[in-house]
Amino acid sequence: MLSIWLNVVVQGILTGLLYGLMALGLSAIFGVVRLVNFAHGEFAVVAMYAAFVLFRAWGVDPLVAMLPIALVFFVVGFALQRTLINSFVGRPDHEQFILLVGLAIVLVNAVLIVFGPDAQPANLPYAFDSYMIGPLLIDKVRVYAAVAALAVCAALFGFFRFTRTGTAIRACADNLVGAAVIGLDVRRLYAITFGIGLACVGAAGSLMVTIADAVPSLGPAYTLLAFTIVIIGGLGSMAGALVAGLLIGVSEALAGFLIAPSMKSMFSFALLIAVLVLRPQGLLGKKPA
Amino acid sequence: MISLWRDMNRRGQVTVALAFVLLLFAPVAATRYVLSVLTLILYFVYVGQAWNLMMGYAGQLSLGHALYVGLGGYVSAALWVHFGIGPWLGVFPAVGIAAAFGAAIGWLGFRFGIEGVYFALLTIAFAEFTRIGFDHIGFVGGAGGLFIPYEQSRLGEWWNLRGSQLFFYYLAFCLAVLAVLLTALLARSRLGYQWLAIREDETAARALGIDVFWAKMKAVLISSSMTAIGGVFYAFYYNSLFPAQLFDMSRSIELILGPIVGGLGTVFGPVVGAFILTPVGELLISLTEKAGINAPGAKAIFFGLILMTIIYLVPTGVWPWLSQRLGFTRRRS
Repeated sequence: MLSIWLNVVVQGILTGLLYGLMALGLSAIFGVVRLVNFAHGEFAVVAMYAAFVLFRAWGVDPLVAMLPIALVFFVVGFALQRTLINSFVGRPDHEQFILLVGLAIVLVNAVLIVFGPDAQPANLPYAFDSYMIGPLLIDKVRVYAAVAALAVCAALFGFFRFTRTGTAIRACADNLVGAAVIGLDVRRLYAITFGIGLACVGAAGSLMVTIADAVPSLGPAYTLLAFTIVIIGGLGSMAGALVAGLLIGVSEALAGFLIAPSMKSMFSFALLIAVLVLRPQGLLGKKPA
Repeated sequence: MISLWRDMNRRGQVTVALAFVLLLFAPVAATRYVLSVLTLILYFVYVGQAWNLMMGYAGQLSLGHALYVGLGGYVSAALWVHFGIGPWLGVFPAVGIAAAFGAAIGWLGFRFGIEGVYFALLTIAFAEFTRIGFDHIGFVGGAGGLFIPYEQSRLGEWWNLRGSQLFFYYLAFCLAVLAVLLTALLARSRLGYQWLAIREDETAARALGIDVFWAKMKAVLISSSMTAIGGVFYAFYYNSLFPAQLFDMSRSIELILGPIVGGLGTVFGPVVGAFILTPVGELLISLTEKAGINAPGAKAIFFGLILMTIIYLVPTGVWPWLSQRLGFTRRRS
């Protein structure tokens, strides 16, 4: 009995890492550019389909496809921020919201037209392989995806911690006026941040295709999921996004196992409401000054 | 209300009066299809206005108004289907329950200082939570839906909202006109000015001695109650209710597009917004059909592009821009 529980929890943790990576991208955009990216989940779905096509057409493993897809997403994000979105920075929430909802509608329906409404399984050759560790039976794909997600997260942490650009971006998030005063090119840094945010979601989407079928309707669901995770973890806290991702992954897995799979996201929303009420700054967020 | 009328110049007054008369007599000339589109437009004017009170005037961003539509619709429909309690009576518990949810969200949000995007997320979370919950309530049909049966014998019972398309058109017309009048009234009331003060600067409003918490609570209560009545209308107009349709986030979005595109915090913004977006949506359906594009997403893509264009070009909404262009408002000196 215990081993079943353990299996469910481990599976939740592995899935949660992917959620965390996706939310990390949103957290970067939300925390630095102060922009509500309501098209986040839709971008994840586009990445899922990109990885799906690369695998089906040329047999490129999603774990490998993740890199070019993330690169393309970075360029797209950089260009988007530079052209369309930059003039919306600092504008009221609802105006940003409409712009990005418009973008989300375009993205998800473009996918719908090209691929149709049905779920598309990637059918990886090793989809049903698994590792046996004592009483644990762990899907190989989940382990691969989780390790890849962890690697991307580590690279991102390193970038923000140790590189000049990363430090400059954190400076923008901490004190925008100060950053502008010392001569940082805020517009360029914002574009890079948006690019990084989309690269995260591109990588997460590619990895997601290994454990879930690609469906257009996942878009809004993932957007909500990413926002839930970011708020629970704490705005601007990258570690918080990862921790909250794990928490949501485990709570979804447990709820799906104990009650009903269709009710699993109900628990995520209950968790969100509880966090908003008890600790609005998020689990690892800083107290507002 | 009177001051709203006085603020407009002759040209504005004539235009508004003309629009009112045209809508009043529209059924004379309109085909059944046009009438159904007009009914839909007026429904969106009504619920859009309800949302506008909360966001446009009090400045509280709710992205979960589908919750109140759903609750209003489900409560009144369940009372009718299971107990034979007509909607004229059922509307009271429907409004009561929706207002109770609104109060809970408002209390949680305003008491704990949850603002802006965070508050919006709280409203989404409540709506989604309720949607999934209703999927599992067998009493109202769960995910399979709740249906109000079609009964030939009851067809004329307009007091039970069992009427024709014409009846529902005038019902929507009354609702929309009342909502516009209520907004005009509230906008010039003490409460309305308190809302504006809070929207512009909450700290300053508090310093002036405004009870910010209660003013915001009143906004949520009025808005959720009004929206729930819209839900009752929806339930008896369409006769079928699915949690995935009523509570879905896309419904909340659909409801708020009109006021944002038309112009937030204005009396006529939600009206103009609904009269732009709904016909555009209908037009896109028929155009894509005519062009032979048999893709279900084509219409939505155009719609998304139109939204982005409008918010890019006229971010404060079409109505303020339009009324200035056409010289509807008297310039204040």
